[in-house]
Amino acid sequence: MKKTMYEKIWDSHLVVEAPGQAPLIYVDRHLMHEVTSPQAFEGLRVANRKVRNPHSILATMDHCVPTKNRDLPIADPIAKKQIETMADNCKSNGLNLYDMKNPNNGVIHVVVPEHGFVHPGMVVVCGDSHTATHGAFGALAFGIGTSEVEHVMATQTLPQQKSKTMLIQIDGELSKYTSAKDIALTITGKIGTAGGTGHVMEYAGKAISKLSMEGRMTLCNMAIEAGARAGLVAPDQKTYDYLKGREFTPVGDNWNKALAYWQSLVTDEGAQYDTVVVLNADEIEPQVTWGTSPEQVTGVTGLVPAPNDFDDDIKSEACANALEYMGLTAHTNITDIPVDLIFIGSCTNGRIEDFRIAAEVTKGTKVADNVMAIAVPGSYHVKEQAEQEGLDKIFIDAGWEWREPGCSMCLAMNGDELTVGQRSASTSNRNFEGRQGKGGRTHLVSPAMAAAAAVAGHFVDIRNL
Amino acid sequence: MEPYKKHQSIAALMKRSNVDTDQIIPKQFLKKVERTGFGKHLFHDWRFNDDGSDNANFELNKPTFTGAKILLVGDNFGCGSSREHAPWAIADYGFNTIISSSYADIFYNNCFKNSILPIKVDKQKLAELMDEVAANEGVTFVVDLENQQLITPAGNGLTFDIDPFRKENLLAGFDDIGLTLKHIDKIDQYEEKHKQAYPWLWN
Repeated sequence: MKKTMYEKIWDSHLVVEAPGQAPLIYVDRHLMHEVTSPQAFEGLRVANRKVRNPHSILATMDHCVPTKNRDLPIADPIAKKQIETMADNCKSNGLNLYDMKNPNNGVIHVVVPEHGFVHPGMVVVCGDSHTATHGAFGALAFGIGTSEVEHVMATQTLPQQKSKTMLIQIDGELSKYTSAKDIALTITGKIGTAGGTGHVMEYAGKAISKLSMEGRMTLCNMAIEAGARAGLVAPDQKTYDYLKGREFTPVGDNWNKALAYWQSLVTDEGAQYDTVVVLNADEIEPQVTWGTSPEQVTGVTGLVPAPNDFDDDIKSEACANALEYMGLTAHTNITDIPVDLIFIGSCTNGRIEDFRIAAEVTKGTKVADNVMAIAVPGSYHVKEQAEQEGLDKIFIDAGWEWREPGCSMCLAMNGDELTVGQRSASTSNRNFEGRQGKGGRTHLVSPAMAAAAAVAGHFVDIRNL
Repeated sequence: MEPYKKHQSIAALMKRSNVDTDQIIPKQFLKKVERTGFGKHLFHDWRFNDDGSDNANFELNKPTFTGAKILLVGDNFGCGSSREHAPWAIADYGFNTIISSSYADIFYNNCFKNSILPIKVDKQKLAELMDEVAANEGVTFVVDLENQQLITPAGNGLTFDIDPFRKENLLAGFDDIGLTLKHIDKIDQYEEKHKQAYPWLWN
């Protein structure tokens, strides 16, 4: 039978399918951060259970960590306790933790690929919905709840229902200033935030082959924003070149064995998907969200819609609510929307190529009056690399703040946040109400678009610069 | 886990779609290391005014919905973040049943780990149930998981679908980990094969 990549990974990880029970699948890698794990460790302790395979786990601290004055104690006592609990739990269970002071520290989904911890064909979980990121390597990677975190620690398996498959075929080519982020937002706009529910997405086509590994991570990262728990890109020479030589990548004879296995994972010619969506990258323009859901998005040359532009009652009402929350008038040009704060960072767009493109746009400019701009590298390694290339100086000279790594303003748990009514251009993944601070207004964009908005003080079409 | 029992309860109505987990439990409450005490923060930014008083315009603050165990809500409930703090807050507030036309996948899974029954109905049926509550706030529905029945006074009841494994676990209050560990020999066997096939993962 011809199989998709998802079906190959599923079949090879099926441990048991007992009658009347959900199939149990094996988990190869388990990623952790401080927010969704403490209650799972507590559960293990109460039940007197142990971590079955400590080597399968890599942990970091990212959500609550400060992005400045890192040498000072964390001011928020509850966050401080959570960070300390993470350190204690990792130590007592013998787990590999990159804590706040570790040179490998950073956002979990940025750090893990840097060390080659995820390989094609693996099943990867984390108590974090953006685990989908690692599908860029052809791994089945998805977010789980804290009870499931405990389940995986105790058993190295998860009861799972098999997903449906969705092929997202992206033909054509992106232009210089459109990116994986614009593809991700276009998909979410087209199929909606529930469009991928119950599915695993596989991205394929010329535009996907041409994406860098960083771009593929950005794209898979936002599979969850279109409702899919996981996104997949077939491994190819770019994947193998990226992995080669990293800490957890096999070497010698094992490299050859691994490579042969990875190459066998590609979807068979003629395999069937439950759903197929086709887009053309030539037609994708830089995207800007205007509402409070990632599906409320349009091209930069577009207008903020009016509620009666939607036939569907629910979408119409959602539009009206979003306009009110966002303080926007229907039919405003996207390029006439002013911004107060620029954030470049997160597990979506906190990697080296994101800072390279943003620096290219920023070089020799100044941040507009009354605009604050912060650049938060996804990890210390991204930060070091950027500094070696002199990117930090470009940002600082233009009036940006160059911060320490962390999730920062993506979800505003660490004190970096918008105030009521403040409006951001953000390279993160969610524009939900209050996501970046209560009453804050978020517009999701690519790093190049964010950098251009910093200079102009409003959105601009970067293709015209 | 608490076994899920047949009950008759007030159904609270939230006529909103795409309610994300950031609204169910905003991030400022995710710093705790305990599983308990999240109910008082459920829907915080909608539920409370800036001065901490109740927002009288928020649906769940209506006196007619006090004590509700059933939450009737629009499509794609629980989208966004994987935080299990969302179902913890819902359960701690007092809900044990949600009725919607669809749920985000991770949230849906998380419900079953916390003795919450998420019932899926089609959009037409959801609209009828919402109309029934809107016309008679405080109305009570009967939820009978064993027989997969939802019964309402206006006769909008239905038989709902649910995965039989999940149903059994909810009814019995089984611990998932305990059930999985019954297959420990299969896990051991799988792991041995895995070590042979992918030795580089075990170095």
